Amino acid sequence: MKPTPTSPAPRVREGKVLIVGVGGLGSPAALALALAGVGTIGLIDPDAVELSNLQRQIVHQTADLGRPKVVSAREKLLRLNSAVEVITHHERLQAENLPRLFHPYDFVIDATDGVATKFLINDGAVLLGKPFSYAGIVQFSGQTLTVLPRQTTCLRCLFPDIPSADDVPTCQEAGIIGSLAGSLGMVQAAEAVKYLSGDGELLTDRLLTYEALAPRWRAVTVKRNPRCPLCGVSPTITALSSEEQDQTISCAVGGETSVEWKREKESV
Amino acid sequence: MTVVLNGEERSCREGWTLADLVADLRLTGRRIAVELNRNIIPRDEYTSYRLRPGDEIEVVHFVGGG
Repeated sequence: MKPTPTSPAPRVREGKVLIVGVGGLGSPAALALALAGVGTIGLIDPDAVELSNLQRQIVHQTADLGRPKVVSAREKLLRLNSAVEVITHHERLQAENLPRLFHPYDFVIDATDGVATKFLINDGAVLLGKPFSYAGIVQFSGQTLTVLPRQTTCLRCLFPDIPSADDVPTCQEAGIIGSLAGSLGMVQAAEAVKYLSGDGELLTDRLLTYEALAPRWRAVTVKRNPRCPLCGVSPTITALSSEEQDQTISCAVGGETSVEWKREKESV
Repeated sequence: MTVVLNGEERSCREGWTLADLVADLRLTGRRIAVELNRNIIPRDEYTSYRLRPGDEIEVVHFVGGG
């Protein structure tokens, strides 16, 4: 493997990776995939660039304020590597459009900022058999896990029920240091490239955690759960539910983004 | 009695259950997964499992931001 933009491995050059969310995690992941020469990069995000995004969403710049994130990101990726194809999906991932959006891609990167959407991605990917990388970040902590559906541990193996937004602090509530997003997003990009190239081992059955304050990287071995409601021996989740929508708010550090405000904006 | 919690030794009182340890960590009510000796323990079994010396426990939080 020659990791240069002009000579990616054929399997990387022909690979198709979908990034859900072009924010804190998705920005560095997208830049890394373009530089690695991943042939087709899909971007999903319904939002526009806001000032409070810029401290960590490194693909966007001040001149992009108000522009759709997918458009802003596509422009930067093509500037870095004009040999890649960047497909933009300016919409919110939902149970209804997930099969259509996931279908063309080899690997999915969950770079979203909401609890429910992360479980929607997990459930959709496992039901469709689509490999993906989960990551979550908040304040000074982050974690990531790669899932090969029905072969390795999924999110539901660890957390059978979707945690309520009240139990899981969001970046909006708790804040986040921008570099943390870069650290975890880059790991996700490495997983996607390794999946395509076949090099090394994937981050499966191991939850990689990063505590920036300690500081400490640590991999916790996690096993598939026979009682997993999604990929266990007698699953209770056999289809995507339209109730699995993201009710959490975006990682806007400025704190001005309210649920009502965002919903209103999305309906425009 | 000493157990290994998230890779580090930690002393516990004799007779403690997994639920006691989780409560002592002030994690009750938060969305966590508890792994005991590399097996995920269902939430409804926290109260019935009595800790033993050398048990390896991993407490993992769900992180939802991005």
